[in-house]
Amino acid sequence: MNPMRLRGLINKESRQIIRDPSSIGIAFFLPVLLLLIFGYGVSLDARNVPLALVVEKNSPQAMSLVSGFSRSDYFLPIPMRTIQEAEQAMMRRQVDGIIWLRHDFAREMLTGGKAPIGVIVNGVDANKARLIEGYVTGVWFNWLQRMKKAMGQELKIPVTVEHRVWFNAAVSSRDYLVPGLIAIIMTLIGAMLTSMVVAREWERGTMEALMVTPVSMKEVIASKIVPYFVLGMGGMLLSVLMAVFLFQVPLRGSMLPLILSSSLFMLTAINMGLFISVAAKSQFVAGQIAIVITFLPAFILSGFVFDIRTMPVVIQWLTHLVAARYFVDILQTLFLAGDIWPLFLINSAWLCLMALVFLVIIRKKSRKLLE
Amino acid sequence: MLRKILALMKKEFRTILKNKKSRMVLIIPPIAQILVFGYSASFDLNNVPYAVYNEDPGLASRQLLARFSGVPEFAKVATITRDSGIAPLINEKKVMLVLHIGPDFTRNLNRGRTAKLQVILDGRNSNSALISLNYVRDIVKSFNMQWAARHGMQPVPAQLVVRSWFNETLNSHWFIIPGIVALLALVVTLEVTALSVAKEREAGTFDQLLVTPMTPLEILIGKSLPGFIIGFVEATFIIAMTILWFHVPFRGSFLVLYTGIFAFLLSAIGIGLMISAISVTQQQGLMGAFLFLVPAVILSGFATPIENMPQFVQYITYLNPMRYFLIIVRASFLEGASFSLLWNLYWPMVIIGIVTLSAAGILFRNRMY
Repeated sequence: MNPMRLRGLINKESRQIIRDPSSIGIAFFLPVLLLLIFGYGVSLDARNVPLALVVEKNSPQAMSLVSGFSRSDYFLPIPMRTIQEAEQAMMRRQVDGIIWLRHDFAREMLTGGKAPIGVIVNGVDANKARLIEGYVTGVWFNWLQRMKKAMGQELKIPVTVEHRVWFNAAVSSRDYLVPGLIAIIMTLIGAMLTSMVVAREWERGTMEALMVTPVSMKEVIASKIVPYFVLGMGGMLLSVLMAVFLFQVPLRGSMLPLILSSSLFMLTAINMGLFISVAAKSQFVAGQIAIVITFLPAFILSGFVFDIRTMPVVIQWLTHLVAARYFVDILQTLFLAGDIWPLFLINSAWLCLMALVFLVIIRKKSRKLLE
Repeated sequence: MLRKILALMKKEFRTILKNKKSRMVLIIPPIAQILVFGYSASFDLNNVPYAVYNEDPGLASRQLLARFSGVPEFAKVATITRDSGIAPLINEKKVMLVLHIGPDFTRNLNRGRTAKLQVILDGRNSNSALISLNYVRDIVKSFNMQWAARHGMQPVPAQLVVRSWFNETLNSHWFIIPGIVALLALVVTLEVTALSVAKEREAGTFDQLLVTPMTPLEILIGKSLPGFIIGFVEATFIIAMTILWFHVPFRGSFLVLYTGIFAFLLSAIGIGLMISAISVTQQQGLMGAFLFLVPAVILSGFATPIENMPQFVQYITYLNPMRYFLIIVRASFLEGASFSLLWNLYWPMVIIGIVTLSAAGILFRNRMY
């Protein structure tokens, strides 16, 4: 590589970036905007779930259970007179669940029978339904304890579950979703920045013009990577700052692994974009490929929302082809758990490997040949 | 007029299908993605890797632990004997949770005192942590009922009787896979439309199109139909896969569903063409496509519920056609809903479609650069 020629090419590329505002927009404006919307918008924690409460006959026991639901942050109870009315509301998606106390509830309770508390949840969103069930169980358990205490007794439960959630004591889903979002957004930025740049030169014929110069293909590729890498890292820095200061996600790891892994990932993402560009040779096809292979796999197969550990084994292997997977893992750990070197090294090694493989393919596919 | 539109449509189809790579991009990814995503996108947990840290020599703790090794939700991967063993297992993600039983577990139980099962969870994925904690609680609950019955303990005076509608076993695949219909239909239509005008602008052929006798309306229809047909065919394919391959129950009517697909494709194509008409270069078209696609998917309720979003983000989602269509697809599949329950979800998509298509038509003529 000749440093002077390389500098010339990088200069040209940088000017092109500065003169077309869309690249700078992609690198700086886009991550801020997306992280802002998603950081606030993406959450799996159900709060204020609308819940129909059907109490067929008032009693002190029923009232105390109802007050338990009203006091809970998780629920927004809506009193209803009949179960039919509640079922109608559920069909219309106005409530996500129904609590149903029949008219003989208090009597059965006092006569020592097992009085049933009817709970109906809308199971369409199974994950949410399961969380709602968990919250209802919590309210029910607290209520039982209160009732027993009022009677001067103690609730006898053979085994109780005491849990401690490490790294995320408040069990806030935002804390793990925001680091994941950074990885997704950066995958897109890398692809958007670079998937068009080589294809554009082919289409406009400037690639052929480059070929008659003494510039080597290595230098061309390097000149495409360097400026976009700098841009991308700028966007990355903004995203991390937003995660820490705006969304208050704790950053428990140290700076060195954060910077190292960010650079590695940015390099992989840019190489992937260049690979698309080199493989497609037309902007139209490159754009299509970028839309299809970057966002959805990064969204679904990276472990960002869907836990990789629970996927079928074959799919778990497939996720190794998704660069975002490694970065999601690194970021979630760095933010929430701290420096855990074995995890960091394995994931970084995979990222290195991916970046190298892309680079080799790009080199192979971009010989100085005309078709 | 019809002949002119047909001619343009034919040409559009050729541009999309002529190039081998472009053809592949349209056909292979949707097939591969419905298969891969269909199996992978789930919130249910199986084989949750866990470790046991049992300090209790008694029988009861072993009975409780036996219940964990007998279910498909859990898979034991390690046994530890010291406090210090917990951290490495959880830190390095070898296990998702550790079950810790203290030394006096059986003694407490036999004396009628409450015994404790301590669960230490990896909170890096807090949703998985909560779900697996719920599984643990279910197992402990059934252990408790059996223990109470055997030892003549008084049962709790009121029991929860839980039933879930539409998805009795709470299988989250049933929620996610119909959603993939919306996801892939949106991606495909954007792929076909978002770059189509920008490409011609860059090549200069769009100016030529404008000086032909075709009206903007005819150009608009000719540009929309290919996306519409391709989106329709792929959506049908994915719906067939959802029903026949993944066995998600289809309880509603195809008329309700396909009316939804029609309205959804209309709005998606409108947005795609509008993006394309605004863009001067294909790079801008691509940026526009992502700028719409990514928020449209993430803020659609596909994976994370819209009700959990803050109010101002919820207002933004009203502009998102996918939000409406997702409810229609899921309601058609699982709830068997009829038009009367869904009518207010159709017209927002139609309005978005009409507004964006008109904007695209106006921009065709007026955006010169």
